[in-house]
Amino acid sequence: MNLRRDVFQAIADPTRRAILLLVASQSMTAGAIAANFDTARPTVSKHLQILTQCELLEQEYNGREVYYHVNPKKMKELADFIEAFRKLWDDRFNKLETIMKKYKSKK
Amino acid sequence: MERKTKISAEDGRQELVITREFDLPLELLFKAYIEPEIVEQWMGTKVLKLENKKHGSYQFETTDPQGNKHRFNGVIHEFALNNKITRTFEFEKMPFGVQLEFLTFEKLTDDTSKLNMHVIYKSVAQRDQMLQLPFSQGINMAHNRLQEFLNKLK
Repeated sequence: MNLRRDVFQAIADPTRRAILLLVASQSMTAGAIAANFDTARPTVSKHLQILTQCELLEQEYNGREVYYHVNPKKMKELADFIEAFRKLWDDRFNKLETIMKKYKSKK
Repeated sequence: MERKTKISAEDGRQELVITREFDLPLELLFKAYIEPEIVEQWMGTKVLKLENKKHGSYQFETTDPQGNKHRFNGVIHEFALNNKITRTFEFEKMPFGVQLEFLTFEKLTDDTSKLNMHVIYKSVAQRDQMLQLPFSQGINMAHNRLQEFLNKLK
């Protein structure tokens, strides 16, 4: 399985997206991240593991604590998501324009 | 092709603005929003209900490539012909919440017009989730995982 697809899968999960949004503002320990969710701690750990494996999150050791922070380089790949949203609307509006042009000429 | 549709989504804000200029007279652009059979064509949805009036409501239904039906609906708060539509939008049975949409239609020349769509979400996280939705849906497998997750929530 290629890495790029992994990144996409990683963000398909709402909890993982929420984790990324949370950690985006500051690096946090697994415990601090888990405290923000109702989900069981092992489930959050699993999400962190997936996010780390696909390099969206990076681990940083500070004594016995492991801090997670986002990998800006990998996140850039995801910056494309706004383009996908724009494309969706652009396609719709192009269709609208084509349909209405035909509608106009029919009149 | 020129990028006619623009998205403005500033970081950390719970809103976004979609703008688009059309090679269409204002009246034709507006018609595309109020005639059910035209809405169906360009939105790729089935229009179950569309009441173009103040305090009216609408309900649309789409069918995804897997054959699953998704409904979404809203209430029309304000309706001014060839001028503006203020409405809510909500996916049914999905934890995305309600969004408020301010649609303004503007005449540029006799043959061109502009649509401004200002969308406000309940939170920044919710806006970002909606922004990412078409992106996740673009990948089938990702979409299925999202579906699985949502089904568990039901």
